[in-house]
Amino acid sequence: MHDSNPLPLKDRMKIARMPMPELDPEVRSRNFQEVTLGLKQSAALTEATRCIACAKPSCVIDCPVGVKIKDVVALIYAGDFLAAAAKLREDNALPAITGRVCPQENQCEGGCVLGKKGAPVAIGNLERFVADFESESGLLGLPAIAPPTGKSVAIIGSGPTGLSAAGDLVQKGHRVRVFEALHELGGVLIYGIPEFRLPKSIVKTEVDNLRRMGVEFETNVVAGKSVTIDELMQSECYDAVFVATGAGLPRFLGVPGEHLNGVYSANEFLTRVNLMRAYNATDYDAPVYDCHDRDVIVVGGGNTAMDAVRTARRLGARTATLVYRRSETEMPARREEIEHARQEGVKFRMLTNPIEFVGDSKGWLIAARCMKMELGEPDPGGRRSPIEIEGSAYLLPANVAIIGVGTTANPLVQSSTPDLKTTSHNYIVADPITTRTSKRGVFAGGDIVTGGATVILAMGAGRKAALSIHDYLTTGVWESEVCS
Amino acid sequence: MMAIGLVKSESYVMYRIVEARNVGLNIKQFVVEAPRIARKQRPGQFLILRLHEKGERIPLTIKCSDPDAGTVTIVVQAIGKTTSLLSCLEAGDSILDIVGPLGQPSEIESYGTCVILAGSVGTAMALPTANALKRAGNHVIFIEGARNTDLVVFEDEVRQASTETYFMTDDGSYGEHGLVTKKLKDLLDAGLRIDFVLAVGPVPMMRAVAQITTALGIKTKVSLNSIMIDGTGMCGGCRVLLGNQSKFACVDGPEFDASLVNFEVLMQRNAMYRDKECQSLRQFEEHKQGELAQLRADLASQDAHHA
Ligand SMILES: Cc1cc2nc3c(=O)[nH]c(=O)nc-3n(C[C@H](O)[C@H](O)[C@H](O)COP(=O)(O)OP(=O)(O)OC[C@H]3O[C@@H](n4cnc5c(N)ncnc54)[C@H](O)[C@@H]3O)c2cc1C
Ligand SMILES: Cc1cc2nc3c(=O)[nH]c(=O)nc-3n(C[C@H](O)[C@H](O)[C@H](O)COP(=O)(O)OP(=O)(O)OC[C@H]3O[C@@H](n4cnc5c(N)ncnc54)[C@H](O)[C@@H]3O)c2cc1C
Ligand code: SF4
Ligand code: SF4
Ligand code: FES
Repeated sequence: MHDSNPLPLKDRMKIARMPMPELDPEVRSRNFQEVTLGLKQSAALTEATRCIACAKPSCVIDCPVGVKIKDVVALIYAGDFLAAAAKLREDNALPAITGRVCPQENQCEGGCVLGKKGAPVAIGNLERFVADFESESGLLGLPAIAPPTGKSVAIIGSGPTGLSAAGDLVQKGHRVRVFEALHELGGVLIYGIPEFRLPKSIVKTEVDNLRRMGVEFETNVVAGKSVTIDELMQSECYDAVFVATGAGLPRFLGVPGEHLNGVYSANEFLTRVNLMRAYNATDYDAPVYDCHDRDVIVVGGGNTAMDAVRTARRLGARTATLVYRRSETEMPARREEIEHARQEGVKFRMLTNPIEFVGDSKGWLIAARCMKMELGEPDPGGRRSPIEIEGSAYLLPANVAIIGVGTTANPLVQSSTPDLKTTSHNYIVADPITTRTSKRGVFAGGDIVTGGATVILAMGAGRKAALSIHDYLTTGVWESEVCS
Repeated sequence: MMAIGLVKSESYVMYRIVEARNVGLNIKQFVVEAPRIARKQRPGQFLILRLHEKGERIPLTIKCSDPDAGTVTIVVQAIGKTTSLLSCLEAGDSILDIVGPLGQPSEIESYGTCVILAGSVGTAMALPTANALKRAGNHVIFIEGARNTDLVVFEDEVRQASTETYFMTDDGSYGEHGLVTKKLKDLLDAGLRIDFVLAVGPVPMMRAVAQITTALGIKTKVSLNSIMIDGTGMCGGCRVLLGNQSKFACVDGPEFDASLVNFEVLMQRNAMYRDKECQSLRQFEEHKQGELAQLRADLASQDAHHA
């Protein structure tokens, strides 16, 4: 059906990796437009030609959901982009999103053999190319929907976990309704990851597609408050419930001065700017404390901290500084984000940890007292743990400080569902394969089970849950590993 | 391709205002359709609403609800842009988003003698708890305060929710002259034994009450009005300082033990956006009719879209 790659192996390896076109750093550090522009068709074709079609493709093994990358790439160089998209969707329900936000360097591209000697195949960029092509073509076909089964599933949370499960379950003929606490659908994809990295229109396209497939959505419902799991199953007659509430509770540092005006959690800062669109303050009402011409520091080293510091820069901060207690090698953020941030003029202060926030007499932040750190022995997770250098305290001027040091489980479902087994940190206990919880008919997956992870793992969990829920709904058999 | 019969219309919920009336100077009461919230609401809980696509989310206490009619009652004092715009709405209009009920319900126990102190719009917020305390067999003394007679609200409902009722105005234009704390001191001086106090109103008022009652070891709760966004514990913007512990008013509160509350920090944090809020109110005042027309047009087109 399609041509095979015309180039001999040797020649393929000589082709340089196609660069991703990007907005000029000077320009983009003052707006919220998407930074990366997407590969042109010709570049995508060339990039696909680089793949040497390994007999045992290690890229596939290192993709958390086993996307059949080799086959997708073969379809790209054959020029059949829609077929490539369909192949991609066999394993990945959100390719336009993961192509943009997966930490590819640790996953598919980290596994690509070409990476051993040179640059790996740009799998993420190709994935995005194919997904964007599909959606722009308007030929995004709706999958076949099985005849109604008469069963219904309530999904709590509209992040990538919930959305992926909804898509699969509705295709099996079940009635599916997604309940979301906020007024907008998409979870972290909407309120957390900024427009310049993941345009909201992309998330909206996915949601609209699910709607066309028949998924029902109800926003402004806080499970545990507006309705409990038991009520959903008893009074509203849902046959199964899937809990996908994420890990959205902000962690603070617990140091003095954290209540000062100007100190934010990254969640609050990003929610104000993304969900409430404070970046468009002339049109939208919700305010964000003015970063313009101010000194902003962001504490943390993950994607959240990186998003916050780049957002602050775009809001006109005089200085936008990332403060991290380890060194750059240990930073969990995607490499690409670190590079982009640096190009945009973000300053990095590594091996630094705030021990106090200092305010003026009216309670406004003016500085962070920081300690210099050094790296000691590796901790159980394998990362070298930071140790304070005695007597190294100094003041770092700051009008805004944003804390992005991680999040914990959203608690409202657990506290209102006593028979749902939880861990000591209040995550929901669920079987890793079947996603079944300790409560009959209730499944859970994504960040609410694993703790803050990645979009692709969330997507994978949603699809696993859909399989298992379908199994339960058709057989009626409930065997849970985690019976309490 | 998909089977057509399967397409279920999305449950599109419109929060329609079924009743709106002025109850005091710049204070308006609304009865709004919100069936889920009406079924679950307990005294002391609140909701968060958003008026239009570009609006902010603001918290308002639920005064009462009717689960059968599927309605909730809220009372709003126009002090800034969002509350002013809301106050322009009438029966037949709709609210874009309402989520709730949020927060912990008030702890209703049989304490003995309870004193409730509330300042104008705070009265609406304290009424459901007062009612529940009275029903639980408490002797409920309600002291309502207001700047002047125009701001005295819900007189009849306050009398019904209490066993003893006092009205205090700053200028003496209604009831007795003076602050609510004056009446509280009078009662204490007269030897009244108080088992429980709830204060709802401006922060300085709650702080003044706390200073009097907690020194005497009287169990005292205050309802904290910190700035909120999501109301589910996700942003941490509503955090308040209790002793040296940080708590989230939206999920741990809004009522807290007054003896632990750091009122200075609450006032300082509530001032965080003051300049922006004033600016936004001024702009709104200039374009009020336009904004209102726009809001109505947006809601109508939304309605048509989902019909
Ligand atoms: C700022 C930021 C940047 C990130 N960047 C990346 C990245 O670049 N790459 C990557 O792979 N991952 C990234 N992540 C991680 C990734 O976004 C998450 O792992 C993923 O979104 C988890 O999906 P989820 O569906 O389990 O939860 P969430 O996306 O958190 O969605 C949960 C949803 O449930 C709702 N909810 C919660 N409680 C209730 C309730 N009681 N009732 C109803 N609804 C409820 C929430 O409002 C939310 O919409 C980032 C995370 C953040 C915060
Ligand atoms: C739990 C709770 C219950 C409340 N119940 C009622 C009620 O029943 N009736 C009523 O009239 N008011 C109530 N409030 C206060 C009400 O939420 C604010 O008046 C409203 O948010 C102001 O919005 P605005 O745009 O009109 O004014 P703005 O111009 O935004 O602000 C004016 C003032 O309101 C405060 N404020 C601003 N935004 C918020 C916010 N998101 N949350 C809280 N305060 C804010 C500011 O500190 C400022 O002092 C309650 C607040 C809380 C936290
Ligand atoms: S889903 Fe993520 S890890 Fe897997 S192939 Fe796509 S970009 Fe790579
Ligand atoms: S590992 Fe790299 S070269 Fe090999 S099949 Fe995968 S993408 Fe192609
Ligand atoms: S309002 Fe966001 S945590 Fe309370």
